[in-house]
Amino acid sequence: MGSITLKNVSKVFGAHAVIPSIDLDITDGEFVVFVGPSGCGKSTLLRLIAGLEDVSDGEIVIDGRNATELPPAKRGLSMVFQSYALYPHMSVRSNIAFPLKMAGEDKATIDKKVEDAARVLNLTDYLDRKPRQLSGGQRQRVAIGRAIVRQPEAFLFDEPLSNLDAALRVNMRLEISQLHQQLKTTMVYVTHDQVEAMTMADKIVVLNRGRIEQVGSPLDLYRRPDNLFVAGFIGSPKMNFVTGAPAAAHQAHTIGIRPEHIALSKDQGTWRGTVGVAEHLGSDTFLHVNADGIGTLTARVGGDFAVTHGDQVYLTPDTERLHRFDEKGMAIR
Amino acid sequence: MARNVSTGRKLITTVVAWTIGILIFFPILWTFLTSFKTEAQAIASPPVFLFFDWTTENYSEVQSRSDYLKHFMNSVVVSFGSTLLGLLIAIPSAWAMAFSPTKRTKDVLMWMLSTKMMPPVGVLVPMYLIFRNWGLLDTRTGLVIVLTLINLPIIIWMLYTYFKEIPGEILEAARMDGASLSKEIIYVLTPMAIPGIASTLLLNIILAWNEAFWTLNLSAAKAAPLTAFIASYSSPEGLFYAKLSAASTMAIAPILILGWFSQKQLVRGLTFGAVK
Repeated sequence: MGSITLKNVSKVFGAHAVIPSIDLDITDGEFVVFVGPSGCGKSTLLRLIAGLEDVSDGEIVIDGRNATELPPAKRGLSMVFQSYALYPHMSVRSNIAFPLKMAGEDKATIDKKVEDAARVLNLTDYLDRKPRQLSGGQRQRVAIGRAIVRQPEAFLFDEPLSNLDAALRVNMRLEISQLHQQLKTTMVYVTHDQVEAMTMADKIVVLNRGRIEQVGSPLDLYRRPDNLFVAGFIGSPKMNFVTGAPAAAHQAHTIGIRPEHIALSKDQGTWRGTVGVAEHLGSDTFLHVNADGIGTLTARVGGDFAVTHGDQVYLTPDTERLHRFDEKGMAIR
Repeated sequence: MARNVSTGRKLITTVVAWTIGILIFFPILWTFLTSFKTEAQAIASPPVFLFFDWTTENYSEVQSRSDYLKHFMNSVVVSFGSTLLGLLIAIPSAWAMAFSPTKRTKDVLMWMLSTKMMPPVGVLVPMYLIFRNWGLLDTRTGLVIVLTLINLPIIIWMLYTYFKEIPGEILEAARMDGASLSKEIIYVLTPMAIPGIASTLLLNIILAWNEAFWTLNLSAAKAAPLTAFIASYSSPEGLFYAKLSAASTMAIAPILILGWFSQKQLVRGLTFGAVK
């Protein structure tokens, strides 16, 4: 079914190696998220899998078949683009029917499949509209509809939610996750948003400068980051990093401590500091504390913890949940 | 934000615009008026403007002396034929240059445009000989070929500009959806580029309709379009001004009407992509 294997895949544009060399296994039915900062090569990697770019070297195996030289349409994959990429001159119905029409299916089958997809995606009332008459969320659903009618081996999503507003993004995130549970088809999803990665993925692939930093389940990456990059990228607010004497005390070059693993007190604790900015979210408060001799640390406390700018507080890191890193930034375990 | 324009400035702009407009239109108006004068009035000095004995004699004279309809049909075949043939070649060419450019694409585009900078008379003799040897002289086919060739650079340039405005992701989506190259062009690219293609079509029909150098030199009687029809009334000894005007009016009327009805499409096409 929808397994995808990358063997030694690289992509070079001119003299610049966007992806030096990547090996990756995606098993059938998995929801895999490629995450990383912009320019890390995650979209390029997805386009290589899709066949929209040619690999410079290496092999792409889809469903046990070498697909490296196959054109996009022959790979059995569907893709949802960031800009939705709907055909503006076609109705919603024709947009969804397009891949079936290209596959040469007969009209009755096409009609039935389009109706089915529209029902799943709540688009039945909009089938005769043009894309420009739809809202952003509806357009996104049409793009997904166009992807699912073909019953592909795997879905590829290229930052599909980044053009939506915040509230809609949360809804669509949920809808895509539900769709995955329903269809049980492999999904490869690219995003720069670590929250999307954490909430949706079975497996996260963290990319940086064209290299894989770490592959693992969301909680794996959160609990056991392999290096400073992953430690800093996964988790919100970001992990605090401390170097120098406090780190040396734990036999490390750098120690990392997540904001939620710092206990705060007004009376006593390991480090003393002054509150810089307090961000009240209601349920939680993020405190940016200037700790003496350490620098700014972010701590997460309950919404009831009453402090304001300039207050003196004490911070105590949970040593059980401390992350230690060597000079090269690799985790010490 | 609207700019504040004083009434004085508006007045000046209006006067300047009308003056330019009338200057451009005047020769056509004068030709039209002359076509209703007698030959004597047509060369009268000082010229008469509106107060003359209106007559349609020139038109009947012209019609009886030469077959307007034959020339008209030749013009239609030659201008539409060359434009359609040009589009057929230009759509795939422009597609290739807009969506899979190579290092040399810009050079090729420049080179094509540079052929328009050369005076056509420079290649008249070799073209004439080729046409004679291939038996294309004074044939509609020959004129369609030559007009396609001379207008092709413009057609490709215009289409290239329109195609550049179409987001590449939509074509990639079509590729993912299983469209072959020809289906991608037929079902996705062409419908999206319709406004651009339409204005290219209109502009090129007008250019081909009015083209006089090649049509006059490569045709004689059978395939002669309306340009040759007009030219046949320009005689060095004069006294044919009124008939010449009548012939000109009859020749430009169809294209003027086409231009009038399609001006919205033309303007829209020519400013395509300029305003989102």
